[in-house]
Amino acid sequence: MLELASVNSFYAKAHVLSDLTFSVARGQVTALLGRNGAGKSTTMKSIMQLVVPRGGSIRFQGHDLVGLPPHKVAKLGLGYVPEDRRIFTDLTVLENLEVGRQPAREDTVTWTRDMLFDLFPNLAERRHNRGKEMSGGEQQMLTIARTLMGNPSFVLLDEPSEGIAPVIVEQMARVILQLKSEGLTVLLSEQNLHFARAVADMAVIIEAGAQKFHGTLESLNAQPEIRDAYLSV
Amino acid sequence: MGFFIAQFLTGLANASALFMVASGLSLIFGVTRIVNFAHGSFYMLGAYVGYTTMQMLPGMVGFWAAILLTGVIVGLIGVIVEICVLRPVYRAPELFQLVATFGVILVIQDLTLMTWGAEDLMGPRAPGLTGIIRIMGEPVPKYDLALVAITPFVALALWFLITKTRVGVLVRAATQDREMVGALGVNQSWLFTGVFFLGCAMAGLGGALQLPKGGADLLMDFTILTSIFVVVVIGGMGSLPGAYLAAVLVSVLGVFGVTYIPQSTLVLIFVIMVLVLMIRPYGLFGRPEVAGEHGQVGEPERPIKPAGPRARMIVAAGLAVLALMPVYGSSFAMVLTTDILIFCLFAASLHFMLGLGGMVSFGHAAFYGGGAYAAALLVTYAGTPMELALLLAPLGAGLLAVIIGWVCLRLTGVYFAMLTLAFSQLLWSLAFQWSDVTRGDDGLVNIWPSAWASSTMVFFYLTLVICVGGIVFLRHAAHSPFGYALRAARDSTRQAEATGIHTKRVQWAAFALAGAMAGLAGGLFVFSKGSVFPNELEIVRSFDALIVVFLGGVKTLSGGVVGGAALEGVKDVLTRFEYWRLALGVLIIVVVILAPDGLVGTARKLAEKWGLMRAPEDGK
Repeated sequence: MLELASVNSFYAKAHVLSDLTFSVARGQVTALLGRNGAGKSTTMKSIMQLVVPRGGSIRFQGHDLVGLPPHKVAKLGLGYVPEDRRIFTDLTVLENLEVGRQPAREDTVTWTRDMLFDLFPNLAERRHNRGKEMSGGEQQMLTIARTLMGNPSFVLLDEPSEGIAPVIVEQMARVILQLKSEGLTVLLSEQNLHFARAVADMAVIIEAGAQKFHGTLESLNAQPEIRDAYLSV
Repeated sequence: MGFFIAQFLTGLANASALFMVASGLSLIFGVTRIVNFAHGSFYMLGAYVGYTTMQMLPGMVGFWAAILLTGVIVGLIGVIVEICVLRPVYRAPELFQLVATFGVILVIQDLTLMTWGAEDLMGPRAPGLTGIIRIMGEPVPKYDLALVAITPFVALALWFLITKTRVGVLVRAATQDREMVGALGVNQSWLFTGVFFLGCAMAGLGGALQLPKGGADLLMDFTILTSIFVVVVIGGMGSLPGAYLAAVLVSVLGVFGVTYIPQSTLVLIFVIMVLVLMIRPYGLFGRPEVAGEHGQVGEPERPIKPAGPRARMIVAAGLAVLALMPVYGSSFAMVLTTDILIFCLFAASLHFMLGLGGMVSFGHAAFYGGGAYAAALLVTYAGTPMELALLLAPLGAGLLAVIIGWVCLRLTGVYFAMLTLAFSQLLWSLAFQWSDVTRGDDGLVNIWPSAWASSTMVFFYLTLVICVGGIVFLRHAAHSPFGYALRAARDSTRQAEATGIHTKRVQWAAFALAGAMAGLAGGLFVFSKGSVFPNELEIVRSFDALIVVFLGGVKTLSGGVVGGAALEGVKDVLTRFEYWRLALGVLIIVVVILAPDGLVGTARKLAEKWGLMRAPEDGK
């Protein structure tokens, strides 16, 4: 569904990603693993074209994404949930969802506010609250719900478990599994191997912008030396 | 009591157009982060277009239809400007778009002149609302009452649009994080265009609505610009209720000012602004700007280096050409070069605080004109000789900068810029209205150099030595520890503070130094022209310097000087033509689009590309 081939990205002159090559099949949950600063967020931004790769190709359902403006990438069915949440703090929960709203798409679930409030009951109670009045965990839920309002067939989740309470991390894991059961494809970045194990089918490991592993989670589990070399446990 | 109420109603009526234009400016700034200098021009267009549409559509229905139509037409003109001029430069360094909008001002001025002619136009009376109504015996024009009644509905409609509709939600979201809005599938370009349409349409409406009260003339673009900046700043950037309240405050106080203190109406409005900002730095309803919130990623600043041998040779050659000018040039060429040199020093002083200090001032003319007036007043009232006056001009301007800087540096970003503008306008209105001392619009005249320097050639050399000396001094300051501290404060205030730099004090000193240098240029100017008028303190003068710094290249050391020389030179050629503003405006816009790093920056990049210069990372 999504194929990256020799993707190279830069921030000004700093080379951040080198020759990233992996693909994500429809209906799978893939975990992009790596330490802090390995280039996980840049990979996500490169797919969304928020960082435009200078080399390589990124194809999504046959469309070449490189060079497209981000809103066109989103219109193709890619939903992006940024690491730093970036909710609109002056807007209410309902308004935040409204910003994310896009027309229904044939190949995927059509979300309504009520479905999202079922998925994230906390948001339902706070629908008239402004973004800045919410806790970190609630903001994390809102940012995912906001992206789902665009009815994506593929969701990019940048560090969904970062900086939130353990009980909410569990909720996040349940949400991701539910998205998978609805037929959505997910690429999530994680530092937390434990979390990835709970939700992911496949894993990609990057270190200093270079790909070190691509395979199933089982095969990663069978190779503890890789885990020890590239992931802080 | 009746008089009081009548005055109050007049004030409210005056607030009508002001609010509409200011809310449009505020809206555009909120979403696109562009301070639209051309906003006053759209207001002016509204008046002219309204004049024509009202002639075409007679009667009461026609009058109001003409006003609405004018809003749409001006909005569409705004869309053309947005698509043709601004879209290509959204990715340019922040504030560079200012220059493009300045080009638009010039273009619109000349197109309006071409279409409607130079005569002031009397606005038609509003059919059915021509008479007056007596309130407690005092006459109040019916049209004023209509405006007072309409404005709250317009404000309400705008408020509804912004708070209750999807478009409004997107606009508010984009005001906070436009990149994220794009990543959620919203086409930002059309959102920007839509906001530009709305903002310009509001300006057009304002221009058309005030026609029966004020008519149309070619100066109204700059006249209103200052007022709407003041309104937006007092109300708080991006706040509609703030804009309304501030428009009312400014207009009502203006009306009472005319009655009770007719000599200082202009000063009054700026005094109010300064007072409000000292108590509420971000306006009545505004919020602090959060730096970096909008995630505009630019290229990192290049380190600046002392000139290499080749650059030194080029400069030396240039100086030799200048020094030998009396040998081959006419006396006209010397006068022109004197003007250019003075302007270059002025531009270099702004460049110092803007480029190196990151302090964008919209009111640098305060110090240029301040220095000019200091020298002129000293000569006029104290018979000070030129030599002493030229020494005291920068001191006076520097002192002024110390005071103004103390207030302005409490703010940052666009608020800082607007506050500097307000101070320069305050000085301008002082010079304009305090005619006992400054002789107002008649200016101070007969201020000539000492006998030994009175020939064109000697004065040329004097200017050359002082201006080049001043520019070299600023350049040395840039390479001194003070310059390092200044750049550190610009790039990362916190980091600089953490290394023990008192950033505010460093910026304050730079502000004062830049002010003093501008004052020196102003002093030279007075003696070269023999006179000074309030327009040396005008907003246009500040913008000239600002445009030049951006055109030359903010991120380069020589940008101010090169830009200054280029603009003054081009102006000298172009002003010989009737529609020179149009030509200059188009030229500025083209340069902005083709050379977003400014003349020097772009030339350097091209030189690097063609292998004529080494790119920084190839160096040692």
